[in-house]
Amino acid sequence: MGRYVAQRIGQALLVIWLAYTVIFLAVQLLPSDPVTIFLSTDSAVDQATIDNMKRQYGYDQPLLVQYFAQLGGLLTGDVGYSLASGEPVALRIGGVIGSTMALALSAFATAVVLALAVVVAATLTRSAVLRKVVLNLPPLFAAVPVIWLGLVLLELLSIRWGVMSLFPDGSFLSLAVPVFVLGVHVSAPIAQVLLKSIDTVYSQPFIDVLRAKGASASWIFFRHALKNAGGPAMTITGITVGTLLAGSVITETVFARSGLGAVVLQAVTTQDVPLVQGLVLLTASVFVAVNLVVDLLYPLLDPRILKSNGQGSPRVLAV
Amino acid sequence: MTLHLENPAAASAAQITTAPAATRRRPSARIGLWLTALPLILVLGWALFPGLFTTADPIAGVGAEKFLAPSAQHWFGTDHLGRDIYARVVHGTSQTLLTAGLAVLIGLVAGTIIGLIAATAGRAADAVTMRLVDVLLAVPGFLISLIVVTAFQPGPISLGVGVGIASIASFARVVRSEVLRVRNLDFVEAAFLSGGTYGSVVLRHILPNATGPVLSLLAVDLGAAILAISGLGFLGFGAPPPTPEWGLLISEGRQYLGSAWWMTSLPGLVIVAAVVLLAGFGRQLLKIFRF
Repeated sequence: MGRYVAQRIGQALLVIWLAYTVIFLAVQLLPSDPVTIFLSTDSAVDQATIDNMKRQYGYDQPLLVQYFAQLGGLLTGDVGYSLASGEPVALRIGGVIGSTMALALSAFATAVVLALAVVVAATLTRSAVLRKVVLNLPPLFAAVPVIWLGLVLLELLSIRWGVMSLFPDGSFLSLAVPVFVLGVHVSAPIAQVLLKSIDTVYSQPFIDVLRAKGASASWIFFRHALKNAGGPAMTITGITVGTLLAGSVITETVFARSGLGAVVLQAVTTQDVPLVQGLVLLTASVFVAVNLVVDLLYPLLDPRILKSNGQGSPRVLAV
Repeated sequence: MTLHLENPAAASAAQITTAPAATRRRPSARIGLWLTALPLILVLGWALFPGLFTTADPIAGVGAEKFLAPSAQHWFGTDHLGRDIYARVVHGTSQTLLTAGLAVLIGLVAGTIIGLIAATAGRAADAVTMRLVDVLLAVPGFLISLIVVTAFQPGPISLGVGVGIASIASFARVVRSEVLRVRNLDFVEAAFLSGGTYGSVVLRHILPNATGPVLSLLAVDLGAAILAISGLGFLGFGAPPPTPEWGLLISEGRQYLGSAWWMTSLPGLVIVAAVVLLAGFGRQLLKIFRF
């Protein structure tokens, strides 16, 4: 167990370090340095201003110095300064992350409930028609663009029926609707993987044994099948973190909510490279951290993983 | 969505349930393939010969025909400049498909190369390339696209490149697992024993037999790319306004949500239909190609 935990943590740190390095190299591959790119939209800037700003932000240093200075800063929580506002990137992101996290977490909870509802309905129903309908829901959910569902609901609820305000006002609906839109989007991969692994579990002999012993369908499903199918679903849940964050940005824009989405948009439109770099590092770290937690919880659900250690992680390859 | 479990016990159990040969010969699999393929061929027709499907001008509007609701004459209604929205959807297909196609092409080529190296060039190469793929997976595709768009001006090409880089990881993983599966089959060993070189065996025996799941992913990923591009286009990082493009059509309708519901709803439905069909097509392909 100790070895497994150490291995996972080591791997997580390695991926974050690699992500930092890849992003650093990617910035070096840009047509010119971040300051010049940032100021390129402003024609009235002379070379002296550019050089001055480059010195302030440390872009005049040799590459190796920049690499280790930024890496050192990272370890102490300093992720650089925004070119547009001069604020520390960490502060800029920290100020809005709360509202985005609230949206993302509630949407995730909604997604899990939706996915479970789909799986329960598909497995336990006796009606072949209902089963067929329910099985087609996840691919449909996966195909609905977040922007479209958001705008259609906005049109119906606020303009046609007038039950919801066009802009966030703290009312229940103005919170619940964005959460639902994002939740539908994220529930699709979770439901698809859960359905698939439930199928796999039902083909195993122990289910037949349970049936032969006279266990009811719902007993088999809730007490045995769901637990055994939980592993891959948990793994895919870790992988949906990226979808959740990207979806948050779009949902926030559609519903005019403040949050990470506005910062991302501003960072990209003003070509603020350090801010984008910080955002990417943040999401990569969140992704790695969530997946580390999933990997560490996995043996609790399926202790066989510890035995086959070294053969591979409990990773699911989702396409 | 396809799922490969690397957990060996689960993987063998999954193989038992799929009942491969029967599915492949079942005629309903072919019918399903055509049911999804025919509408997709229509969409391809929109992209290649938009003039055959509509006579209305997608760029220049008719001043007297602003905000007309859907009717027999204007199937999807008209917009704030009196342009026929159905015509804009049809003419926007090529732009959307080109950007998404560029993305998928990048994912396919780079992913295949990385997957092949990982699966055939030894354990060290496997470890290194798969860690890089982990990094690619750790940064959401959406942000990878944003980095590319930030670095180079927003536009369809940088958008396609960004979305494409983001899709490399899934192609690399599928190609790797397929090549690993094929590589251990008897006929590959026979090819090596009868004097085949590394290159010739990979190109003539391993790659052709690993195409099924990759083709399936290709279809699914094209749908995902269309979705990603419409999302980023909505944020304003895609084709500039007068160009008709599916994502752009939805965002243009945003300002007129109150007066013209059809401007967002109907182009959105076309995207939903296209993505559902592509995903279905991918699933059917997988059924047919499964060994």
